[in-house]
Amino acid sequence: MTTIPISWYLAVAAVLFTIGTVTVFVKRNAIAMLLGIELMLNAANLTAVTFSSYFRELAGQILVFFVMVVAAAEAAVGLAIIVLLFRHRETLNVDEAQLLKL
Amino acid sequence: MERALFLSFALTAIVAALNVLWRRHPLHSALALLVVLGALTGLYILLGAYFLAVVQVIIYAGAILVLFLFVIMLLNIRAEEARLERRPIFRWLAVPFALLLGAEIVYLVRVFEENPIPSGTSIGVTEAVGRELFTTYLLPFEITSIVILIAILGAVVLARRG
Amino acid sequence: MLKALVLSPLIAAGIIGVFGRRWSERLIAAIGCGSVGLSMLLAFRIVFGDLWSRPPEERVIWEPFFSWIESGPLRVAWGFHLDALSGVYILFVTFVGFWIHVFAVGYMRGDPGYARFFAYMNLFMFMMLVLVLADNFLVMFVGWEGVGLCSYLLIGHYFDRAYAASAAKKAFLVNRIGDFGFALGIILIFATFGTLRFSEVMGAIAMQFPEPEGWGEIGVLTTIALLLFVGATGKSAQIPLYVWLPDAMAGPTPVSALIHAATMVTAGVYMIARCSELYARSLTALFVIAVIGAATALLAATIGLAQWNIKKVLAYSTISQLGYMFLACGAGAFSAAIFHVVTHAFFKALLFLGAGSVIVALHHEEDMRRMGGLKRALPITYRTMLCGWLAIAGLPPFAGFFSKDEILWRTWTSPALPEPWGRVLWMLGWATAILTAAYMTRLMVLTFEGEERFARHAGEMAHAVVPRESPPVMTIPLLVLAVLSVVGGWIGISEAYTGGRIPNAFEQFVRPALARAPMHPDHLVAGASEPGHDLELGLAAATALAVLLALVWARRVYQRDPLRPAPRLLENKYYVDEIYDALFVRPIVRGSTVLLWKVFDVAIIDGAVNGVASAVAACAAVLRRVQTGLVRGYVVMILIGALIVLGYFVFVGGQLPAR
Repeated sequence: MTTIPISWYLAVAAVLFTIGTVTVFVKRNAIAMLLGIELMLNAANLTAVTFSSYFRELAGQILVFFVMVVAAAEAAVGLAIIVLLFRHRETLNVDEAQLLKL
Repeated sequence: MERALFLSFALTAIVAALNVLWRRHPLHSALALLVVLGALTGLYILLGAYFLAVVQVIIYAGAILVLFLFVIMLLNIRAEEARLERRPIFRWLAVPFALLLGAEIVYLVRVFEENPIPSGTSIGVTEAVGRELFTTYLLPFEITSIVILIAILGAVVLARRG
Repeated sequence: MLKALVLSPLIAAGIIGVFGRRWSERLIAAIGCGSVGLSMLLAFRIVFGDLWSRPPEERVIWEPFFSWIESGPLRVAWGFHLDALSGVYILFVTFVGFWIHVFAVGYMRGDPGYARFFAYMNLFMFMMLVLVLADNFLVMFVGWEGVGLCSYLLIGHYFDRAYAASAAKKAFLVNRIGDFGFALGIILIFATFGTLRFSEVMGAIAMQFPEPEGWGEIGVLTTIALLLFVGATGKSAQIPLYVWLPDAMAGPTPVSALIHAATMVTAGVYMIARCSELYARSLTALFVIAVIGAATALLAATIGLAQWNIKKVLAYSTISQLGYMFLACGAGAFSAAIFHVVTHAFFKALLFLGAGSVIVALHHEEDMRRMGGLKRALPITYRTMLCGWLAIAGLPPFAGFFSKDEILWRTWTSPALPEPWGRVLWMLGWATAILTAAYMTRLMVLTFEGEERFARHAGEMAHAVVPRESPPVMTIPLLVLAVLSVVGGWIGISEAYTGGRIPNAFEQFVRPALARAPMHPDHLVAGASEPGHDLELGLAAATALAVLLALVWARRVYQRDPLRPAPRLLENKYYVDEIYDALFVRPIVRGSTVLLWKVFDVAIIDGAVNGVASAVAACAAVLRRVQTGLVRGYVVMILIGALIVLGYFVFVGGQLPAR
């Protein structure tokens, strides 16, 4: 069985991460931006697991475990905020939410 | 054999990710993300992280993403309109920056060029992970329960009517 | 008991200052005069009851009060030191002070600042007593500054008048210049002797410097002496710092009487006498003092001859008489100087109070050109002022004669002055005495004799002025002081007048507290005999005769033509004020405005402070653009930050974990 060089896994993770970043940039819809963030998180998880497997350290996988927990929490709260935003403004266009402008 | 599996999972993931980006309707994007998560599960199994693969399906795909879908459908979101982009600058900035980021990551990664993943017994067995979680990482584990509690409370308070 | 003497006016000042606004004039007067009266009684009791009864060598009382500064080698405590010298001072200061306070009760009646006035007057008495009874230089300096402060406050009593406010400032500032020299002297004393207590310093001087510093030699003693003397020229209005005294006449007349005639201005003389051991060891300093004293006396007398404001004449007269006192000190005759201080206090206070009586009777008219013929309307004032006049002119047997002649005699025969100077300065003093007689006679004639130049009936130019004699509260002090102007000199009659049988009582009393005059090399001629009584009597007679002639002549001249114009130069005080203004005041003001104000204050300091604020505001204006409120913009920034961090690892390199 041929083994796979880790650089392949890492490359995949890099690509996923880049796509996630672009998604966050490009999309105007708040939920779509959150999706992009989830994508980035998963790319990071992949990287962590890859290294964990390579170095034969469990720490990476534990890290991923916790990242998932936090991602869940973050998604919950983020979505709650989005719901709130939608209720007030009838739109999810983040460009409209400019009240923090100085 | 492994490589074939790897390639299929990897390509699926990348194509689905691109779909997340390209689809106009957030619902379609979310479903595309679901595909990504599935492909990643496959990759985790290939890497020997069995426990995490399962957790990924159950929690990430099964809970978080479902949450997303619920909210999307609850808010009855329409597809976004293409013409109304008032600040195209972000689009134009996005691609170069992202490519730059990717290049940096790739560069870092090249260090490990030809280093293979050692095969053999995987270390991501549930029993091993469980043992670590409840001994070395006990404190963070407990704290995460509090984090989740706070998140629940936060979400409830925020989304409450009135 | 010394503490009670000193603190009594302070407490009264505090009480009047705090509560006086709501009290009646009577209550304030009672407290204000009462406190000084108490001090006076205590002074008499201590000096005559205690000090007097001791043998001369033991006439020192020391009452420590409290410890003040203890900082390394500098240890200063408040203590009161009473010896013959300070004893004399507290006697006449409290006595004259008391009667002036009584006079002021009448003079200041109806003044809106009645309470403030008496509070400050009492504060002044406290400060003066501190000055005189201090047992070390620093506490004396406290009193020195304190009397200066009270002088400022009291000159500016009519603070709504611009002239008065400026005069107060001028007094304070000119004094300050002198005080600077004084302070330097004190520092030098501490640096040289390591202590500031009079007894210790004078003792150390006596031990370390058995011989006086040579003529023309500027050693440490001479330097200290001259620095301290600078302070004295400021406080006691000698050349070159006398210019504040005539302007100080803007204050109420009792202030002029108390502070600027009888007490504060004699502080300089006190200081020199207190440090007589020091001065007796510096021939150069003594010479300087004597010359300045004589020159000031003569200069001021010439100016006084040409002034039209009655108080200004008296002010210049004070400066002139102070010159006599310094001349005496310079000649080494410290006891003669103190004697003149005492007699001068009597007759000068009398003259000022009398002038005050005249001024009030004429509704605050001070210009002699608008007086005249008042001897009928103000008989008591007139007659008491006659006593003062004759006393200051120096006619026997009035007080001024004995003290002034004592000074002149000691100058002529001074062992401390280089050779011809004793006689030269005597001449200056003699000329001054003649001029003194002249200008005082002029004052008397213009004020009391001849035609009335004020309007008895309301005319188009003036209100009606009907002068009436002052009430007893004002005339009784005049009478008391007049009596003393007559007999006050009898305590110091030189023994020449009794053929050497009865010694000079005053001198006997004061001398143990003072140093002996040093001997100038010029006088160390073998075989020089002690000048005898005949010379003394002869010189005195010469002076008295000259004075008498001057009196008669002046009377004739001014009766004939009271408004006779004076030489412009004298009337304008030799333009000294103008010269000072051009030489010092204007350049300093201009320099301050242009350089210190516009450059340092505005450009540099304000510029720096405002500049910092502007810079912050500018930065903030720029940085503000970051806060767009756009989420996507923030995402961009986060991304760029991530790029930079990663770039760091890419290019600079971090550590990858070991296998």
